[in-house]
Amino acid sequence: MASVPISEDSRFGLRRQARLTTPLNLSSGARLGPVDIAYETYGAMNADKSNVILICHALTGDQYVASDHPVTGKPGWWWRLVGVGKPVDPARHFIVCSNVIGSCMGSSGPASIDPATGDPHAMRFPVLTIADMVRAQAALLDHLGVERLSAVIGGSMGGMQALTWPTLFPDRVESCIVIASTARHSAQNIAFHEVGRQAIMADPHWRGGDYYADGQVPSAGLAVARMAAHITYLSEAGLTEKFGRRLQGRPENPNGAKTFGFDADFQVESYLRHQGLSFVERFDANSYLYITRAMDYYDIADDHGGSLAKAFTATKARFCLVSFDTDWLYPTAESRIIVHALNASGAQASFVELSSPFGHDAFLLECPELNRVVDGFLKGGRA
Amino acid sequence: MSETLRPDLALIARTVRQGARVLDVGCGDGALMAALRDNAQVDARGLEIDGSNVAAAVGRGLSVVQGDADTDLGYYPDASFDYAILSQTLQTTRRPDLVVEELLRIGGQAFVSFPNFAHWRGRISLLWGGRMPVTRLLPDTWYDTLNIHHVTVDDFRALVKERGWTIDGQWFLKGDRETTHANANLFAEHAVFLLRK
Repeated sequence: MASVPISEDSRFGLRRQARLTTPLNLSSGARLGPVDIAYETYGAMNADKSNVILICHALTGDQYVASDHPVTGKPGWWWRLVGVGKPVDPARHFIVCSNVIGSCMGSSGPASIDPATGDPHAMRFPVLTIADMVRAQAALLDHLGVERLSAVIGGSMGGMQALTWPTLFPDRVESCIVIASTARHSAQNIAFHEVGRQAIMADPHWRGGDYYADGQVPSAGLAVARMAAHITYLSEAGLTEKFGRRLQGRPENPNGAKTFGFDADFQVESYLRHQGLSFVERFDANSYLYITRAMDYYDIADDHGGSLAKAFTATKARFCLVSFDTDWLYPTAESRIIVHALNASGAQASFVELSSPFGHDAFLLECPELNRVVDGFLKGGRA
Repeated sequence: MSETLRPDLALIARTVRQGARVLDVGCGDGALMAALRDNAQVDARGLEIDGSNVAAAVGRGLSVVQGDADTDLGYYPDASFDYAILSQTLQTTRRPDLVVEELLRIGGQAFVSFPNFAHWRGRISLLWGGRMPVTRLLPDTWYDTLNIHHVTVDDFRALVKERGWTIDGQWFLKGDRETTHANANLFAEHAVFLLRK
């Protein structure tokens, strides 16, 4: 069934960009403007605009949630959940996904040009919070003529944005799905991020963030940051199953051998190096600094006098939380804290811990139960 | 949508007021909640320990939280529901008395249903066989049963009296049918109590 053809309206479709001229008031007190937002939309808004779903992406994600990535050519990062016949379906929903501010896929960030100087912002870009990312999304929705969200959905950092939405805009959100996420960044989360940032800033090419002019980017530092972070996305059992202690095969020895040197002897080393190297092709090191910083500052209770329950008293939104049993980055205990606060505030909340061997990454991978939960939750709103 | 409810659940479903706010503790896959929502416009919330049951319940559009009756009821505010329901779960909790106290704090009234351990079949099994009863309602062997606090109708009545709770209703089941109150401790396979503080 063909969806209603989208009008000539250039605001809707793939690979869109909006320039929002009204400056954003940021958590830090600074103002940012004009603000560029890169985004995609799928499907068509219905007559009463009641079918809008906002998808929020994770730390290194982007707006290409359900279409091929322009740099890597890979399918959309959440194609398992978003697409025709999926729980979030362009045949039924009007789906919006935007690149967070601070990132580097077309939205304003440290790599974008400061119109005042004609040079990249670099580290002169204001420090952001998750709430600032949400404010930018709200401004984009204003631009698109969307008043209310039928649902806001995100995993990991996307879950932080999804959970922040009803606290900032209680009347604009009908339901909220938070997957493999948390209401605050833990000391361990902050510690891992600090390792990544120090790796970037220790790279001699970083030069205080002003590396854009000559193309000598701090790729070694960024790759190490990605390698360290990537470990936190997996599970010990998953790594053991995938690599164990197996050695990397070489042309002269397909089964691999110890070299008694420091090449990538082990398959897991080779895998991580590949993850690091391919990441620097598509991501800006300064954006990595800014976005990890925003996540570290994230603590919803802290913004509401120390009470997480208070954050949700103004909203009538329904909530659905999902955690994964092998996720040690945002473990189930973090989701339970949110659930208890929602119960205390009387909100309609669902929560389930799903089983997966894949650690934090599980939310992006094959998990039929996740699709069933999301589908049932979204349809439950229409009963 | 016309799913056949377990008899104790059907009985509870018939008794709950239209449009009430209900917390179903140990809601399983949400069969009772769905019936209450669809037939009586009840605002139902659930608590369930088993993840696949929760996924099934959320998959049918119900608000269910994965958690443990022994530890998670404390997070619900006082008097936040008209009814708190504990069906076939009492005997699996670590402290059944404290769980019922919590139900009566959270809900204006509480339904508590449980298999009656003093049913004559169980007595005979123990008396003549000298073995822990394995029956239709208590199908597990002693070592793998989730029922760690077996209880009889008279035990429960004694607890109610000791704590000063009020019984607003009581029903007894034999097979799928209601049976009389007379000698319920001997003849009822299953009891449902409606309590108030």
